[in-house]
Amino acid sequence: MALTDHTLPAERKAARVAGQERDTKLPLVSLVLAGLSLIGGLISAWMIFLYAPTDALQKDPQRIFYLHLACAWVGMLAFVLLAVTSIVALIRRNERWDWISRANAEVGAVFLTIALVTGSLWGRPIWGAWWVWEPKLTATLIMWFMYIGYLMLRSYMGRTLDSMRVGAVMAILGAIDVPIIYLAVNWWRGQHPTQVSQLPPEMLLTMLVVLLTFTIFYVFLVMQVYQLQRLQTLAQRLRLLVMR
Amino acid sequence: MKQFFLQVFAILWKDIRCELRSKQTWFSMGMFALLVLVIFNFVFDLRIDDKATVAPGVLWVSFLFASILGLSRTMAMEQEQGSMDRLLLCPVDRRAIFLAKLLGNLLFIFVVELVALPVYIVLFNLHIFVGALVPVVLLGTVGIATIGTMCAAMAATTRARELLLPLLVFPLVVPVMIGAVRLTEALIAPLPNEPPWLGLIIAFDVIFLGVSTLAFQFIIED
Repeated sequence: MALTDHTLPAERKAARVAGQERDTKLPLVSLVLAGLSLIGGLISAWMIFLYAPTDALQKDPQRIFYLHLACAWVGMLAFVLLAVTSIVALIRRNERWDWISRANAEVGAVFLTIALVTGSLWGRPIWGAWWVWEPKLTATLIMWFMYIGYLMLRSYMGRTLDSMRVGAVMAILGAIDVPIIYLAVNWWRGQHPTQVSQLPPEMLLTMLVVLLTFTIFYVFLVMQVYQLQRLQTLAQRLRLLVMR
Repeated sequence: MKQFFLQVFAILWKDIRCELRSKQTWFSMGMFALLVLVIFNFVFDLRIDDKATVAPGVLWVSFLFASILGLSRTMAMEQEQGSMDRLLLCPVDRRAIFLAKLLGNLLFIFVVELVALPVYIVLFNLHIFVGALVPVVLLGTVGIATIGTMCAAMAATTRARELLLPLLVFPLVVPVMIGAVRLTEALIAPLPNEPPWLGLIIAFDVIFLGVSTLAFQFIIED
């Protein structure tokens, strides 16, 4: 292409590098993960609705709990991983880690949203209210706001190195703050213990299967968003090359 | 070490002189805080008996809103006039820039609080021991200003800084707000068995001062 002759060698190299790092293993891994999440999803659905016994007190609404717990777990796991990959991105100065951070934030925000909605649906029949200012709920809601703030910051800043560093600092600040927020909210509104150990074995098994399925599904989604980030960066660089 | 503090003071003095000449930020922040107090007076109809439970929240919300207003101004000014780039060109430690900015913001918020606090006590007709309230206000403000300075520096690089700043600051300062409101409430009407809120605020301040001082260089690096 004649147009590319007007670009700097460094830019041509950057575009080439972004285009060539096509890991051939990724599609296979993605396929396997997708298959596993599909099978796991079917088994989970069967276990949640047919295998697990109906709760004596809460009746059928209790079945929401499996989905709710899995989504909340993935949302919080993604938040921790977001901070970890952000620290690595700051140290290594490698945009690949930044793509993972962004993927984590986007997927985690979706799962945390589902967790909040399902929690609310469960709370209506059990607590008699859509929302209760209970410590865990409140802390989760604030965490959700942090996700949204992070994603907005990133989308306003565009796809630059500045954006990578600022986003990483924001993620680190948030990750340090979450335990303090939880402590503060807990002091503010007393304790509200939940005992998982007293669950009957069928329920416990269902819970573990759903958790595992959602974790696999989460890894699958993060890989897809990572690919999307990579392609978007590549597209942006190619556009810059052509526009010159 | 002495050099470091001289640099901090030089940048701080620049901000103070800028502000003393224009007087924009202090004045609008102060008026804003007073207006929030007045609006809250209507919203909650403060003739009610449980004044002690509502008044601390009113005070801290007005402080937080006024702080946000000032924070977005001070950082935006640097960016608009291009003085941030020149600051970065100076052979100055990045931590000195952060500390100077933080002290400047703290000073702005303190001045506003100095005006708003007596008005608040008069307007709401409160019987409160001011001597004990001052450290609570100081420590709470340090927490808000630290987070605020960081977030303002982050938001200043985007197009929508005024929109973005509260979205970033409010979730992060939740622990300080809860602690400060509870402490203020305890000063108006003593509460039994309160958790150590003061310790929480101090811990928050120390942790975020440390992390922010170290992380600030990554935000403004070019």
